[in-house]
Amino acid sequence: MPIHTEPMTVNIGPQHPSTHGVFRLRVTFDGEEILEVEPIFGYLHRGTEKLAEERNYTQIVTLTDRLDYVSSMINNQAYCLAVEELLGVEVPQRAKYLRTLTAELQRVASHLMGIGFFLQDLGTLGTPLMYGFRSREKILDLFEMLCGARITLSYMRPGGVFFDAPDDFWPALDQFLEDFDIEFEELERLILENEIVMVRTRGVSVLPLDLAINASVSGPTLRASGSDWDWRKKAPYDAYDRMDFEVPTATGGDNYDRFWVRMQEIRQSIRIVRQCVEQIEPGATRAEVPLILRPKPGTESYGRVEASKGELAFYVVSDGGISPYRMKVRSPSLINLTVTEHLLVGWKLSDMIVTLGSLDINMGEVDR
Amino acid sequence: MNCVLGSDNILNDTVLYRVIYEAVGNVLPCGLSYVVAGLAMMMILVNGVLVGAGLFSWVERRLIGRFHNRIGPNRWGPFGLLQPMADLVKLLTKEDLTPKSADRLLFAIVPVAMLAPVILTMAVVPFAKDTALANLNVGVLYILAVTSITSVAIFMAGWASDNRYAMFGASRGVAVLISYEVPVVMSLLGVVLLAGSMSLDDVVSAQNVPFLLVQPMAFFVFLAGISAELNRTPFDLAEAESELIAGFHTEYSGVKFALIQAAEFGAVLTSSAVIVTLFLSGWSGPFSEYFGWAWFLLKIGVLAFMFSWVRATLPRLRIDQLLAFAWKFLLPLSIINLFATALEVYFLRDDAGTLATSDLWVMAGINFGVAFACLIIFGTLIKEKVRPARLITGDTLSAVEAD
Amino acid sequence: MYGINMAKGFLVTLKNFTKKPFTVQYPEERVKQHPRFRGEEFVWYEERCTGCASCAKYCPLGIIEIVTTPSETAPAQGDKYRLELFDISINRCMFCGLCVEACPYDALYMGSGFEQGQYSRKEMVIDIDHLRQADKHPSTFFRPQLEETGYDPRGGRPLHWQDVGREGWQWHQREKMGMRIDRPVPADLIPSDPPVDSSFVEDSPALSASKIEGDAE
Repeated sequence: MPIHTEPMTVNIGPQHPSTHGVFRLRVTFDGEEILEVEPIFGYLHRGTEKLAEERNYTQIVTLTDRLDYVSSMINNQAYCLAVEELLGVEVPQRAKYLRTLTAELQRVASHLMGIGFFLQDLGTLGTPLMYGFRSREKILDLFEMLCGARITLSYMRPGGVFFDAPDDFWPALDQFLEDFDIEFEELERLILENEIVMVRTRGVSVLPLDLAINASVSGPTLRASGSDWDWRKKAPYDAYDRMDFEVPTATGGDNYDRFWVRMQEIRQSIRIVRQCVEQIEPGATRAEVPLILRPKPGTESYGRVEASKGELAFYVVSDGGISPYRMKVRSPSLINLTVTEHLLVGWKLSDMIVTLGSLDINMGEVDR
Repeated sequence: MNCVLGSDNILNDTVLYRVIYEAVGNVLPCGLSYVVAGLAMMMILVNGVLVGAGLFSWVERRLIGRFHNRIGPNRWGPFGLLQPMADLVKLLTKEDLTPKSADRLLFAIVPVAMLAPVILTMAVVPFAKDTALANLNVGVLYILAVTSITSVAIFMAGWASDNRYAMFGASRGVAVLISYEVPVVMSLLGVVLLAGSMSLDDVVSAQNVPFLLVQPMAFFVFLAGISAELNRTPFDLAEAESELIAGFHTEYSGVKFALIQAAEFGAVLTSSAVIVTLFLSGWSGPFSEYFGWAWFLLKIGVLAFMFSWVRATLPRLRIDQLLAFAWKFLLPLSIINLFATALEVYFLRDDAGTLATSDLWVMAGINFGVAFACLIIFGTLIKEKVRPARLITGDTLSAVEAD
Repeated sequence: MYGINMAKGFLVTLKNFTKKPFTVQYPEERVKQHPRFRGEEFVWYEERCTGCASCAKYCPLGIIEIVTTPSETAPAQGDKYRLELFDISINRCMFCGLCVEACPYDALYMGSGFEQGQYSRKEMVIDIDHLRQADKHPSTFFRPQLEETGYDPRGGRPLHWQDVGREGWQWHQREKMGMRIDRPVPADLIPSDPPVDSSFVEDSPALSASKIEGDAE
């Protein structure tokens, strides 16, 4: 007797434990295998770009916190770079170092979270996630010392950072760096070369380099495919030109390589933080700019950084008023998502979840 | 006083039953006390398993909390011991939802169908000397038969829920259960060969050396198979909360969910009990005449700890890898083990067909050698899949491009 | 390979099993909170406030509502505005601290609390009476003069308005009395010294702000 089978369409999300926010995928399965994928997003749209047109330049910093809410510091940095370019303000040296330092700490925090949830999707019941969060908590404590908040930081301002670090910040940072080495090594030993992780992720959802470049994928996702493109190296901003670090790349382009590149980037970030601590010198932390900024009419600028998820950029156009005429956010998560269909079709349901985890998307940034 | 069980009665072997029966027989007529004693045993069994399941749910959450380097539930009662009660009360007060398009009858049967085999399994496990509720002479077979009811229950849950996630979970669960049944049975054959009997009492008394040492591969296969049947990591595909929300019990809520959870935690305990009986020499140990139950509970505790430890450490396999693991790794392993054991038993047994303790030690040595060889062989076969990544930095990459 | 890395993983989890948990039992014990913490329970000193509404203008969400009337009681003492309304609806507040940053007279401070759960949105509005009567434990966020004293809002005593100012309170009082005096140049604007707070400059809108949001709905 012939058995009649038919493909099954399932809505993965928007309420699903591992879609990393309110992301929806309409997937057609043949058994466990994926035939079609249709990513649907916009559930978290808050109109950030439009809101920015209603606020003055300093107030927008608080909006950028809420784009990629696990790496607010880097969002602040990108936006402030854009506004500084618009105004032609020179940032004091100490502020540059503080920004570099905090951005790298934020990158560590963001990667720890990305890795944690990636491994959570692999089914580890949260153990690496908890170990990652253990370290992340300490980073958030440091941020609390700097600016009084843990997630939505608003630490940076156009022209520098809002305030110098308090005196007890530096010993705490040293303590953190000491602890982190031990904790991160523990995490590496726990999971980095675990056989099950390898079997599950090697060769799965391969992103070829040419497709990655054509789709303008950026960040660790691109570097796992074999490119060493990193804005911190290619067009150094803030204090990165004085930093000695490597850009970890892998050639496989599969889930494991994406995970592996993130793990290595954490090491490099810590290296940068150490160099910042060594090189930083006393000085002003904020250029003398007024609270209400009025760039010249018709000026425009493009501030971009290498965020934890990829290339994050703010395009700001001024009409001479106190708020921008237009602000466009180039969010890496959204653009990295464009390859979803290519990555997922032909793989299984379990791989789909893991691949989404390995892309490390953040819906706050995708939907804006 | 006047009620005595006939020696041909199957329940005569069960000391506990006989004691209750004779005590009740002082007051009631024999026929009635026969029923009352039976009911009393049932109460002990059902409540033992359910309370144990509740306790284990707390133990596991605490253990995993500590593995995560956090505290775990500790608010209700001393050390949070009343947490299962709190959970239960919460679940009982929740609305008992049935999806509109669900098959209501099947949907309602599932929790019971999942819980029943768990409790039934416990009936044949001796938890102290002569204290099995029923000392069946086909105990091993009985366990295998009863536990496979779960697969039916899982599929019923998936089908009746009319939910696609549940269906995914159910079909995965059934595939896993059917696949893993084979190596589990094969691994148990080695134990049965050694003990020369299918009665769990005899298996325990045959373990002068715990069969864990004599049958390391069988133990591993059985442990892996049981983990798969229990839906525990790394084989928890039927639930796979990060993929399928809750798998086959996605649609269950309230008291039904409580029963399913009780069945799952209870199943861990009963499976541990079975493993203890088959591989860890059951209730025997020093002073086991009086403290057999303590040894039994201690060994269960160790195994439960191990289950939690594995759950806290390992990621999950994919469905095809999971089935490949069963058919390509566990099944050959159990066949090799069965073959080796059969040869050893054939050559080492004496004329009466029994094995001396020294023979068991010899077999332990040989089997460990075989196990190690198998590990090397199978490890080499999957070498290519688990090779680590190479570090390529920007400099080396441009060098590659220049070539 | 051969499960060795998995075995390593098992050892790692076992090692963590024996470690002391890094989480805390929240209501009984708390993690240490830095004095800079930006929290609820805004601290407002009426004595320092001139009713300039800089905070209201600078709030990205516009959740601060200020209504002032010309002072009738003591215009002779230079009291120009009487505050009718000072509402902060913290149900929409995102604790960015920009209001504190904008206040030119150091009259508004962040608080250090985070536990103000309420059952209705109406209760989430801090009104002027609440601000007047509240215990004043100001956060040191954007207030270097407080940070230098080592003040800890979680453990320290409530601070009087004379204790918290950036400049000496006598100066402040004299200005309120109507004496037009040259404002002392803040130390951070003297070029030789490293500036502590450079937002406090002359063309800040807060100082030039004179428009008052008059009519409440």
